[in-house]
Amino acid sequence: MITFSLNGETVSVDAPPTTTLLDWLREDRRLTGTKEGCNEGDCGACTVMVSDPLNSDEQGPKALNACILFLPQLHGKAVVTVEGVSKPDGDLHPVQQAMIDHNGSQCGFCTPGFIMSMVVSHLHGRRDHDVALSGNLCRCTGYAPIVRAARAAEDVDWPPDWLPDRLDDPLNETPLDIAPESVEALAAWYLENPDATLIAGATDVGLWVTKNLRQLDKVAFLNRCWDLQVIDVTKPGLLKVGAGVTMQAFLEFAKQIHPSYGALVRRYGSEQVRAAATIGGNIANASPIGDNPPPLIAIGATLHLRKGDQQRDMPLEDFFLDYGKQDCQPGEFVEAISMPREVPSLRVYKLSKRFDQDISAVCGAFNLEFEDDRVASARIAFGGMAGIPKRASSVENALAGKPWSDDTIQAVLPLFGDDFTPMTDMRASSTYRLESARNMLVRYFHDLSGRQIDVLEVRA
Amino acid sequence: MSIAKPHPHDAAPLHVTGAARYVDDIPRPAGTLHLAFGTSTIAHGQIMSMDLTAVRGATGVVTVLTAKDLPFANDVSPSPSPEPLLATDTVHFVGQPIFLVVADSHLAARKAARLAVITYDERPAFLTIDDALVANSRFEEGPRLYQAGDASKAVATAPQSVEGVIEIGGQEHFYLEGQAALALPQEGGDMVVHSSSQHPTEIQHKVADALGVPMNAVRCEVRRMGGGFGGKESQGNALAVSCAIAASLTGRPCAMRYDRDDDFVITGKRHDFRIAYKAGFDDEGRILGVEFIQYARCGWSMDLSLPVADRAMLHADNAYYIPNLRVESHRLKTNTQSNTAFRGFGGPQGMVGIERVLDHVAHAVGRDPADVRRLNYYASPAPKGPGTAKRYGGKHSPTPVQSAVQTTHYGQQVEDFILHEMTERLIETSDYSRRKAAIQAWNADNPILKKGLALTPVKFGISFTLTHLNQAGALVHVYQDGSILMNHGGTEMGQGLFQKVAQVAAARFGVPLDRVKITATDTGKVPNTSATAASAGSDLNGMAVRAACDTIRDRLAEFVAARAQADPKTVRFEDGTVHVGTERMSFEEVVKDAYMARISLSSTGFYKTPKLEWDRIKGKGRPFFYFAYGVAATEVVVDTLTGENRITRTDILHDCGASLNPALDIGQIEGGYVQGVGWLTMEELWWDDTGRLRTHAPSTYKIPACSDRPDVLNVALWDGENREDTIYRSKAVGEPPLMLGISAFLALSDAIAACGNTYPALDAPATPERVLMAIQRVRA
Repeated sequence: MITFSLNGETVSVDAPPTTTLLDWLREDRRLTGTKEGCNEGDCGACTVMVSDPLNSDEQGPKALNACILFLPQLHGKAVVTVEGVSKPDGDLHPVQQAMIDHNGSQCGFCTPGFIMSMVVSHLHGRRDHDVALSGNLCRCTGYAPIVRAARAAEDVDWPPDWLPDRLDDPLNETPLDIAPESVEALAAWYLENPDATLIAGATDVGLWVTKNLRQLDKVAFLNRCWDLQVIDVTKPGLLKVGAGVTMQAFLEFAKQIHPSYGALVRRYGSEQVRAAATIGGNIANASPIGDNPPPLIAIGATLHLRKGDQQRDMPLEDFFLDYGKQDCQPGEFVEAISMPREVPSLRVYKLSKRFDQDISAVCGAFNLEFEDDRVASARIAFGGMAGIPKRASSVENALAGKPWSDDTIQAVLPLFGDDFTPMTDMRASSTYRLESARNMLVRYFHDLSGRQIDVLEVRA
Repeated sequence: MSIAKPHPHDAAPLHVTGAARYVDDIPRPAGTLHLAFGTSTIAHGQIMSMDLTAVRGATGVVTVLTAKDLPFANDVSPSPSPEPLLATDTVHFVGQPIFLVVADSHLAARKAARLAVITYDERPAFLTIDDALVANSRFEEGPRLYQAGDASKAVATAPQSVEGVIEIGGQEHFYLEGQAALALPQEGGDMVVHSSSQHPTEIQHKVADALGVPMNAVRCEVRRMGGGFGGKESQGNALAVSCAIAASLTGRPCAMRYDRDDDFVITGKRHDFRIAYKAGFDDEGRILGVEFIQYARCGWSMDLSLPVADRAMLHADNAYYIPNLRVESHRLKTNTQSNTAFRGFGGPQGMVGIERVLDHVAHAVGRDPADVRRLNYYASPAPKGPGTAKRYGGKHSPTPVQSAVQTTHYGQQVEDFILHEMTERLIETSDYSRRKAAIQAWNADNPILKKGLALTPVKFGISFTLTHLNQAGALVHVYQDGSILMNHGGTEMGQGLFQKVAQVAAARFGVPLDRVKITATDTGKVPNTSATAASAGSDLNGMAVRAACDTIRDRLAEFVAARAQADPKTVRFEDGTVHVGTERMSFEEVVKDAYMARISLSSTGFYKTPKLEWDRIKGKGRPFFYFAYGVAATEVVVDTLTGENRITRTDILHDCGASLNPALDIGQIEGGYVQGVGWLTMEELWWDDTGRLRTHAPSTYKIPACSDRPDVLNVALWDGENREDTIYRSKAVGEPPLMLGISAFLALSDAIAACGNTYPALDAPATPERVLMAIQRVRA
């Protein structure tokens, strides 16, 4: 039985493990305030608030997409939907009132999702509304009135104990067989069930179910493997990030240690996606357009794999063998990734049609070291340029030992064509990918010399 | 009075609590079945065999229907040209519905729909404008032509000329609520249909034909849509008709909604266009003649493509008097989704064409494009309106001002042109000239990033070009407690129509707005409605409701006047009170007394737009009652290494006449602008070479997100009133602001132009890739 709190009421559900919260809310509970807009975690119309009282390391309630959230992921947690936000006497939450007062809704279909993102953001006292609302699409308003509403509600108090997300009595839940509670237990289970699908945040696997209509008979959920969610800072100069660390949790570290990488993570998916997706998932699914591998390869990260009680380490780039093929054995899984903390020259550039919540056409990561104005070493890695995340080896080799100058850069640019033969698809043409990858090296040169290169930082 | 007040959307309290009900939220009776289409996997070919055994045998499947199982009409076309609900023997695009699965759940239907084994004899597919031109694959016998003067001679003899081609991509509506319908079978073969549709009467009509019953056996109800934007004018027919047929055959309620991917793949979008132009002008940039050839990619069926393409031709002048203008329009039939209505209905594409010409001309003569635009504007007619009235013809009257009214290429006089004054105001409030100079200096200092600024106007024609559609009906009841129930033919898709029209009703009776109950659009209450489209919703339905209210009000006035022995004309309805001479009574008292006196407290209302006269074949007449105007200035910044770009500031001045509701109107302007920007910048539809749409969900098709809105957005309403006698002298606002987004596109062009001397010739959508290509052209 899956047990969780829904708008303050404890519910126990017996349902197939890949039942989504959205379908269950709408079809079984007839709570139709939560909307289906895309069924793939991109529009935010199904946003709900989820708190995890069991996990004290959590950063508090999160906004999550209910359409790609499986019921077992909620076991022991508290869910608040738009129906649970206003008080029983009908008093509206400040963000609800502000949305009315500032004309934040037109057709109203995206509105419940916006309300939930805004409720969570309000709870955390946030003022970075563009970020908090990055995962909610609105087709009517153009967003300006919604942001006005969010600003107007910033300082309006709401009884902090009101939202029905606290569990006065611990849920009387028993652990689920399919949700191991330690890496140890997971490793043992997976060794015996190597054909199973491991589900962490479900931001990718969710779509296998909602879009490809795949039947996943054997699954394990990783969100209760607490020791998989640890960021270990105890080793000098190193950061060891557990595979189950969410992108949201990683962002807090990344932006301090590697600001440019942090800026990339800030653009990874959306608020809702970052709150669910894990760094291990982004590596293990081995997408050629995943955003973590390029910077991690550029800084020389080490991947830690686990099979039973065996651990295996490798440079991250060695994990990706070919499109859809990784150096990973049956029963083996990604346990953690270690990365150096001091990489002052790391710069990461993500190129997509839209700044927020878009998949990269090209993602380039540059990490050069210099000695006396010469390039001492170069690590350059790209996503979107090949079937796997891949280093620009010819370019790296040609740069090594050369003076760090415009001439050198112009001389090595043609070598990108040796390293990459990118494809043409809906995100970009082959020509553009190659051209922009080259230009990213030019940008890197200007970036390190302090020139303004980022359109996001320009104001009228 | 309730008019001209910024009342929020009537359903806002329901929106924010999740209580607003959309079609899929309506509680469904037990036993409701769910539907999904099985669709074509090829772009063009003949179905050779269809094995549906696995589909029929799949879990939860109740029945599967193909074209031959349909009892009556197999047609969901909104035009005179047929469009089958289910493919008969030939398929015409990837995604065309071939069979209909009826199952006990949405998921079961979707799963089963993928299990068919269909073999095809594939035929060559015409996917692009070029494919269609080579094959002469088109609707109508040949190109349509609207013209005035002799454009070819004017271009040939002009001191200077430019020519070029612009590709303008389409646009997916991306209404947040996908297409949805629910059919509830009634006794005696009648059917009730709930549809997310802008056009309930057409749903009623198509369902009746499909069931072989008269229209009076079908009732369609639409409470609200989660966005429409034109995408629910005809594209909901297939779902409503499917539900009705399945409900009729099974005797059970049937529901259908498209998964978002299906919605993208099956439904039509904004027409993509190619526009070729030649323009002749003098050394100042005064345009002497323009020749346009517009190529519209219509997709596989006619749908609404002819009037869409017509409207593109009718907006090929935008705000400019072009004495010699020739517009040739090709409506090309391709093996892709059947493109359909989308906010602006072809107008935006036509307008992009002429704005591109203005930009190109300004570049050629080296002048500020805003100056060249103003130089070419239509002339201002003699001032009219409050405070400007003059009495002519008397002994001491002033000399009459020479009428400066100019005529469009389709023969309509532009009598209400106000863009000279509006542009001057916006140039001032946006600090245009100083910023233009500052940007030039900034660009000189920045090798990597470049800024751009552009100002563009909008003149948009208001009325359906199919003249008979310019009619509306209403039904108003006053109950004996004084509460009012209002119904009309317009549908609510978020634009705030219901609230605006309720404000009209409250104003006519002089009662507070909350006395007026807003009710779902219902073909059983108001018949023979036009689609809520062409921005005409409040113009048409506001007038119809006014007529209905006035009929009842006049009866009440007559009643109370007779009692008080006063003239009915002196009776006033204000502040919830009825004034007769010195006597005052509450509205409720009057209503109660009128009821006791057996006075009818219910009335229909009707309105038809006056002055219209249009021949779409000749391209001559007065298709529009009036024009709505706007002007926008947008500033952008572009990365010359990658083409990435964003908007840093936008200033808008828009004309809503005397606004019925400034809050709702500003909402339309802000939202329309961002939607227009999305169309011309990041929203890219991409088909592969087999005709498969690969941008089929928000993961691959990117509409603007929160952070894409301008950093600074200043929106103001022009303080004026409609020259024509519209509802409280207001103007339509649904579509016109979308075209303010053209300023963002041309601001990008301006930034790119700062990289070199060649004209950028930027295509749309201006994705980072297209921007970078244009930068390379400029530098070449």
